[in-house]
Amino acid sequence: MEKMSHMDPNTVVVEMKEIVKRFGNFTANDHINLKVHKGEVHAILGENGAGKSTLMNVLYGLYKPTEGTIAINGKVTDIHSPKHAIELGIGMVHQHFMLIQPFTVTENIILGVEPRKGIVVDKKLARKKVLEISEKYGMAVDPDAKIEDISVGMQQRVEILKVLYRGADTLILDEPTASLTPQEIDELMEIIRNLTADGKSIILITHKLKEIKACADNCTIIRLGKYIDTVKVGEVTENDLAAMMVGRNVNFKVEKKEQEPGKVALSVKNLKAKDYRGVDILKGLSLDVHEGEIVGLAGVDGNGQTELVEILTGLKKAESGDITINEVDIFNKTPKDTFNAGVSSIPADRQKHGLVLDFSVADNLILQHFNEAPYSKKGFLDKKAIADNAEELIEKFDIRPPHCENRPAKTLSGGNQQKVIIAREVKNDKQLLIAVNPTRGLDVGAIEFVHKYIVEQRNKGRAVLLVSFELDEIMSLSDRIEVIFDGQITGSVSGKDANEKELGFLMAGGKNHE
Amino acid sequence: MDTIISNLGLLINAALIATPPLLFAALGSCFSERCGVVNIGIEGMMTIGAVTGAITALTTGNGLLAFLCGGLAGALFGLIHAIVCVSLHADQTIAGTAINFIGPGIAVFLCRILYNSSDTPAIDSSAKLPKIFNGIFETGSFGSNVLNVYSMAYLVFVVAWVCWFVFYKTKFGAHLRACGEHPEACESLGIDVYKVRYICVILSGFLAGLGGAFVTLATVSQFRPTVIVGQGFIAIAAVIFGKFSPEGALKGCLIFGVCNGIKALVGQGNYVSPNIISMIPYVVTIIALIAFVGRANAPAANGKPYIKSR
Amino acid sequence: MNKKTSILHSNFLYTVIAIIIGFLIGAIFLVIAGVSPMEAYAKIIDSVISKPKNIMTTLAYASPVMLTGLSVAFSFRTGVFNIGAEGQFVVGTLAATIVGIFVDVPAIIHIPLCIIAAAAAGAFWSLVCGVMKVKRGIHEVLSFIMFNWIAYYLSNYMVNTTFLKREGGGEATKDLLESARIESGDFNYAIVIAVILAVITWIVIEKTTLGYKLKAVGFNKFSAEYAGIDSGKSILTALAISGALAGIGGAVQVMGMGGRLAQFASQEGYGFEGITVALIGSSNPLGVIFAGIFYGAMKYGGTKLTMVHAPSEIINIIMGCVVIFIAIAHVFKALFLSIGKKKEA
Repeated sequence: MEKMSHMDPNTVVVEMKEIVKRFGNFTANDHINLKVHKGEVHAILGENGAGKSTLMNVLYGLYKPTEGTIAINGKVTDIHSPKHAIELGIGMVHQHFMLIQPFTVTENIILGVEPRKGIVVDKKLARKKVLEISEKYGMAVDPDAKIEDISVGMQQRVEILKVLYRGADTLILDEPTASLTPQEIDELMEIIRNLTADGKSIILITHKLKEIKACADNCTIIRLGKYIDTVKVGEVTENDLAAMMVGRNVNFKVEKKEQEPGKVALSVKNLKAKDYRGVDILKGLSLDVHEGEIVGLAGVDGNGQTELVEILTGLKKAESGDITINEVDIFNKTPKDTFNAGVSSIPADRQKHGLVLDFSVADNLILQHFNEAPYSKKGFLDKKAIADNAEELIEKFDIRPPHCENRPAKTLSGGNQQKVIIAREVKNDKQLLIAVNPTRGLDVGAIEFVHKYIVEQRNKGRAVLLVSFELDEIMSLSDRIEVIFDGQITGSVSGKDANEKELGFLMAGGKNHE
Repeated sequence: MDTIISNLGLLINAALIATPPLLFAALGSCFSERCGVVNIGIEGMMTIGAVTGAITALTTGNGLLAFLCGGLAGALFGLIHAIVCVSLHADQTIAGTAINFIGPGIAVFLCRILYNSSDTPAIDSSAKLPKIFNGIFETGSFGSNVLNVYSMAYLVFVVAWVCWFVFYKTKFGAHLRACGEHPEACESLGIDVYKVRYICVILSGFLAGLGGAFVTLATVSQFRPTVIVGQGFIAIAAVIFGKFSPEGALKGCLIFGVCNGIKALVGQGNYVSPNIISMIPYVVTIIALIAFVGRANAPAANGKPYIKSR
Repeated sequence: MNKKTSILHSNFLYTVIAIIIGFLIGAIFLVIAGVSPMEAYAKIIDSVISKPKNIMTTLAYASPVMLTGLSVAFSFRTGVFNIGAEGQFVVGTLAATIVGIFVDVPAIIHIPLCIIAAAAAGAFWSLVCGVMKVKRGIHEVLSFIMFNWIAYYLSNYMVNTTFLKREGGGEATKDLLESARIESGDFNYAIVIAVILAVITWIVIEKTTLGYKLKAVGFNKFSAEYAGIDSGKSILTALAISGALAGIGGAVQVMGMGGRLAQFASQEGYGFEGITVALIGSSNPLGVIFAGIFYGAMKYGGTKLTMVHAPSEIINIIMGCVVIFIAIAHVFKALFLSIGKKKEA
């Protein structure tokens, strides 16, 4: 292994003891302990909702702990605000970037600690300092670019620079690799090594075991808000870690029977489109998906996936090309027409595109059919038919809490919201199912559920297009993997033969020769 | 030639009377909207500023003091809006609507108990805002029309420049713009979102109050229930027109001001109905919007109450 | 316990609390003005309910604001903010006036014709702003404000044309024909029209697929589009309905109490009052019926306050305070629920 530890076991920089955090009746953190040393990479492992983020928000001064103490550099301190945490040398890189979109990179980095000349912000000096730090740790950024114009990878570097600019010694990285390519992840690991070499400590929040094995010294596991253990990463296997995280043995492989794909269901030929700024984003993309086949579309965010899905679902107009579903032309048709022709989808952002959060679960389950029988009779809604449909689906898909048909969808957990969408789309049972990041932010149980239904659609002979930034998900589900880069399909691999290295190479713009 | 110059003078004069109240209020609106608090209560804040200015001028005889007091009264209503919207997370549109009822309500109420009428008496010209170049030019001449105006008519352009400077050059400006886009990010960097929003909303009330006071202390010389009606909303329209920036709001207000000047000119003859002429500023704004400006995206977090964690 | 909690959760309770606080604050102002609050409030109540005729007048005051309130409530429920009800009301008045003066047909045809004309005018006025929003992305609040003023000056212009202006001076139009009037004797049918429309609006919002569609777009335009709903068309439909309701508000005003259209000295404020009525009625059409009557009572009662030497502006102050306390109802709710919980424990 290339791993190299810079940890100084004699200097403890952060020590959290018996931390309890309650929200009303809910205990998010139940007596959790954490000890971080100088130069250490300390991973915190747990499922979504296990309480990792809460613990870090406590350390960062966003939440006040109900019980327990925090010591920084050996001194017990009551961290009362993020500002205070920053003063104590703690910096946080949030999973959902905290960046001001219309501001430049420099403006974002200096926000709150602007250097001044008189009463004017000294942008020249700020820019110089930003460049200095970015060079010191090998993090290339364009200090004058606006956030809305730069890649996700660079946005993350801006977040890290923001923290370093404030002189942080301990960096909390919350799920830092969620939307990065394998190459970008390697770069991040390099940055982490540079930082620890300089004596900085890293707290890495993640549920990705591979990354923990790759870079962490120690790992603290949290399950359902409870402290499970702290282990030396070198002494355990990935499976050990997984078992501790979930509390049972997990099978990461998705069960899938062998099956010959049928005829072409979706055919996309030479598709060209511009993005919202009018820049070419799809540059002659061609893609087929057959019946009874899951095609995984792998690629880094921003290479045209979003636009492709929007065009396929009728939300966006393309410049030119051909799109057919079962030989029916759906090029530049309305969402209604494409749906009727046989395209259904699980959108990437379930709250923004999948659900009307203020509507009840029952109303959400008829979103495409509200004006058809049996739900509509002469322009009036048939509440009974709507309720019956909801009851049936809630039971069949185990949407919780039980009998939630009249609850607003916003009161459901993320996993159950996703189940509402899956229930609706599986019932729609269209020729093609497009699933975009279908398991983002879900816990292991819900992920298994979602995967099961995606595979079931395939087994029924439906075509499935899976768009995901999680390579593991793509590799474990797909029968065939197509790689999208710069608006074109640049490579194709069969699901069985895929390996991460090759895909990573293709996703970064490399070409394979068939 | 002479008529052209004199007409031009008349136009500028009319613009310099119509623009300042709108621009004061619009600059106030910029602060509020950009920090993330929708303020449709500008109208009510202007009205309270107008009546306070008038009453202070009538009792103290000091126009400048009256102007300042008008601003402070507006600021008080800004404070109320801030408490309700920032601390108590109320729906900002609803709170603004309420202020548009309470402001004019209290204004006329005060007139009734003080003067037993819905109007104040006329304000003596010595108690109005000062005219710096008074008496130097011949009445009605170009110089008089352009320069012999109430001093605040020029001050407002200085204020506009100061607002622009604060917005884009200072630390506070960066913070207020950031608070309107992503308050969580600000909080995570140790910026006190509530404090920034309080300052901005109070400032918006103060500037709206100044705008109202300008009306009673310069343009109209008296408070009547109808002196403000609608100007606060036009100021808001100017801000949306100007894409929520001080320099844009200036453009929006100038369109209104100049159209008012044209109105004054065209109104001289009796060729066109004054009602049709009065439509000019509104129609021009709409046309300008369709032709040049287009979509104005409000700051991302505008109108959303920000609730601190903990 | 469940019943108690459900009371603590209902909007109605907090609206009542807001109204009470509004009156308390109003009382403070009355004391400042040297008037006994009891006397002033007694006067309002007395002038509203003492005689059947007064009740009728109250309802006549209530009808137009009920309709602009419905207009705003409908827009709130469908995700747009119709701050232009004022202008739609005005063009509605104008349309009803023109049809009311120049079309000479029996009442049974004339009345519906005037109302339809007003609805069409209001819908058109609102739709123009809607099209600018949908096609050009122009902020509807801006265009509504502009259109309020254009309507205002258009109406004043029309009133003064020889075509409409009444003979023998007075800055108003000729009288509407008797067949276009909805006031007969002491009874003003405006309230009947307003209540029927409120019930229809409620049914549309709660029970029909059209309501489902418009609400879906209002709550979440993106999901609605994803599900195949044409959001642009829905927004236009919602705005047209909202504008039509405000336009009808103008019609019942001129066909009822007005009888003719006078030149405006300043904006009449029906549109802005409609916002308040919608808020007091929790944007529920049935709630708007009661909120409208409440507002009408305050407006009419307010005009009688001078008889006890109280400034009638106190009504605006009270209504403004009611709205503020409705805006922070969630604070009271949280407070009461926590007290309720402690008591149980």
